[in-house]
Amino acid sequence: MAKFEKAKSVHEWLDQRLAINTLQRVLSTEYWIPKDINFLWAMGLVLAVTFGLLLISGIFLLMYYKPDVATAFDSVNYTIMTEVGYGWLWRHIHGVAASVVFLIIYIHMFTGIYYGSYKKGREMIWISGMLLFVTFSAEAFSGYMLPWGQMSYWAGMVITNLFSGGSLEAYGLVEWIRGDYVPGDAFLTRFFMLHVFLLPLVIIGLIVFHFGTLRIPHVNNQEGEEIDFDEAAKLYKEGKKKESKVIPFNPVFLSKDVFVLGIYFVLFFYLVFFHFEFAMDPVNFDTADGLKTPPHIYPEWYFLWSYEILRPFSKDIGLIAFGIAQVALFFLPFIDRSPNVAPAHKRGLFKIWFWVFIVDMIILTILGKLPPQGIFNDLGLVAAIVFLLLGPALVVVTLKEKKL
Amino acid sequence: MREFKILGIVVFFTLVTYWGVEPFAHSQMHKHVEGHEFVYDGTADIEETVDAKKEMKKAYWADVAKIATLKGDATSGEAVYAMCMGCHMEGAVNMGGVTPPSLEHTGALYDKNYLIALIKDPAVAMNTDHKFADTMMHPMGSIKTMVTEPQQIADVVAYLLTKKAGEVTPKEAYAEACGRCHEMRYAKWTQLGKTPFFKEKKDELAHQIKVLDEQAAVKGYMGKLPPDLSMIIRARSEHFLETFVENPQSQLAGTSMPRVGLSKEGYEKVTAYLTMIGDPSKPAREAIGPWVILFFVVFAVLAYLWKKETWREVH
Ligand code: HEC
Ligand code: HEC
Ligand code: HEM
Repeated sequence: MAKFEKAKSVHEWLDQRLAINTLQRVLSTEYWIPKDINFLWAMGLVLAVTFGLLLISGIFLLMYYKPDVATAFDSVNYTIMTEVGYGWLWRHIHGVAASVVFLIIYIHMFTGIYYGSYKKGREMIWISGMLLFVTFSAEAFSGYMLPWGQMSYWAGMVITNLFSGGSLEAYGLVEWIRGDYVPGDAFLTRFFMLHVFLLPLVIIGLIVFHFGTLRIPHVNNQEGEEIDFDEAAKLYKEGKKKESKVIPFNPVFLSKDVFVLGIYFVLFFYLVFFHFEFAMDPVNFDTADGLKTPPHIYPEWYFLWSYEILRPFSKDIGLIAFGIAQVALFFLPFIDRSPNVAPAHKRGLFKIWFWVFIVDMIILTILGKLPPQGIFNDLGLVAAIVFLLLGPALVVVTLKEKKL
Repeated sequence: MREFKILGIVVFFTLVTYWGVEPFAHSQMHKHVEGHEFVYDGTADIEETVDAKKEMKKAYWADVAKIATLKGDATSGEAVYAMCMGCHMEGAVNMGGVTPPSLEHTGALYDKNYLIALIKDPAVAMNTDHKFADTMMHPMGSIKTMVTEPQQIADVVAYLLTKKAGEVTPKEAYAEACGRCHEMRYAKWTQLGKTPFFKEKKDELAHQIKVLDEQAAVKGYMGKLPPDLSMIIRARSEHFLETFVENPQSQLAGTSMPRVGLSKEGYEKVTAYLTMIGDPSKPAREAIGPWVILFFVVFAVLAYLWKKETWREVH
């Protein structure tokens, strides 16, 4: 056993046993961030905090929620919303955060794409991020089942049906996933387990992993400049803070993050108190009814783009396109053949590619909610084909790109 | 500044997406139904009718307009009102499928023209005449033979609008306008009224059986059990509810729910109750919300000062 001196303070006592001084240095006061960044680099922390909000509000909801098809709807809409003190507040925080977290995730992802932050050593940051995106999607979907309203039931029906694989007719698989022929009690309780236990656990693990992947490559900066972090950190520690290209996470980067968080919270709580409808679909306030199909079935807004890639094609082709869309983004670091890490506005054709991508995602999102009729159907087909072509297009565009 | 430019772009794309998936998508998903500001003159009914009944409806609503110009006498109206009490009395029982509602606040809830139309011919006024071969078959249809003179109608309506127009609570408004058909479990309301507290399990079960019988009767009359309205205020848009109550046929063609000819004030009372039960946190949200937001405004300002302070030495 190591030798321990008598400690003079609690701090020292802890430091002897846990090396908290070292930890603090490594994780915070000497964790170096480039100085040349903008508020988009605060989105990661905004995401972490929003996940925290989801976790805390979720724990409160969990104390009263009942995973049973007979009581689930009322436990949410009556017990939590009426009888539990501030239950409505927790529910609105949870619902709004679940929707807003995806907005921030998309901003965070598009930032990474714009600045080329997924390549040359940062591939694992991107891949761990994509794993987070997929797990978050599963978390959101499973959570949507819990109130057992009309949309829970019918979205659950439609999405699990996808696993029949079109002409493969793998209905056995669908039944295995549902635990029944149609969504019912077995279905609800397993999604409950996923939503409150397994997936959050995986997400927490993935967040730690994501942070770990940032460690060696460090985050990118506005110009994509390659920084010698050891050199820059030395300058900073010598007091040449103005000349150094880096800043410590704590307190310099953090002070900016906290300011961005403040602005974010103003907006977030405005939505929670006065504008939550966008996050809580009216149709889901009707109780689940397996005999009454709603006239329009659509997923929450953040899934609409991939839903719209499924819809305009025939059954099998739609499924294949949908499958490609789900995994395509994982490969972004390898499809992008350009040697440059630079913001899109410096990368010629890639800039155009980027904005076409953004606009196409938004068009797909909007069309995904519209009834698939007439002109909307045709537009949907075009937008989906454009999306699929953007992959090969990126290879061509980036191969042609000149080294900066 | 560059950061504002970036923020502008992010905000722009966010708002476009929001507009597309919320207001725009909803405008495309739901058919547009014109509201009528709670004016009941039969315009929509006549437009909807394509068969031979069109002329009948034109004449009917023209008569209603004519009766509306007559000066009613509330005192003579009281005698006519006694006839209404044959069915609408305290402790009324189910007849032809529903229990006639209390008329205690009819004058405060319903529109004058609608009441005239209702007494002239209930099925046509409620716009459910397509369900009846002869509108006499409507559970209140026999009023047509009891109150035949235009002046009588004007009198009893004058009586209702003066003597039965007292202050009405949201709960009473719901009970009288919707409560005979729609259960509301979050308010312990059934088609038989507020469920009392029973000491004995036996009495409770006996009551439940009565409720089931009443529901069976309503179902027999309507073809289906009307939905529970506990959460309806969040399940439907304001515009849907308003136009639906004004004229259910406009939103759900062929539905068996009758028109409930509420006045604007009456409708507001009913929705106040739907809100109390289905969205009870509204007052709390409005009370706490501004303070929470103010808290974070102060938080953001302090954070900004901290940021300025910390960044001064690195820039
Ligand atoms: C033969 C029995 C009977 C008589 C007489 C009768 N009613 Fe009714 N009334 C009913 C029934 C039954 C209903 C419920 C009908 C329904 O919901 O379809 C009703 C409904 C109503 C309604 C609610 C209408 C709506 O749109 O929701 C009003 C108001 C009303 N009656 C007023 C009167 C007045 C005023 C009189 C007297 C002039 C009268 N009733 C006479 C049986 C009667
Ligand atoms: C005479 C019985 C009756 C009365 C009185 C009545 N309703 Fe209904 N209501 C029905 C029936 C039956 C349905 C089911 C309609 C259908 O699905 O076709 C219904 C359905 C509804 C719906 C759901 C429509 C939808 O989108 O599916 C709403 C909302 C509603 N009623 C509101 C009201 C309100 C508010 C009142 C009182 C102002 C009221 N109803 C009074 C019988 C009634
Ligand atoms: C809840 C989920 C997530 C959390 C909590 C999170 C958190 C973070 C944090 C704190 C950072 C560092 C600060 C910053 O640059 O913002 C970061 C960087 C990054 N994240 Fe995430 N992230 C999440 C999801 C994702 C997703 C879905 C992706 C994309 C697939 C992604 C890709 C990246 C990339 C590429 C970087 C590096 C940015 C750069 O180098 O400039 N992250 N993340």
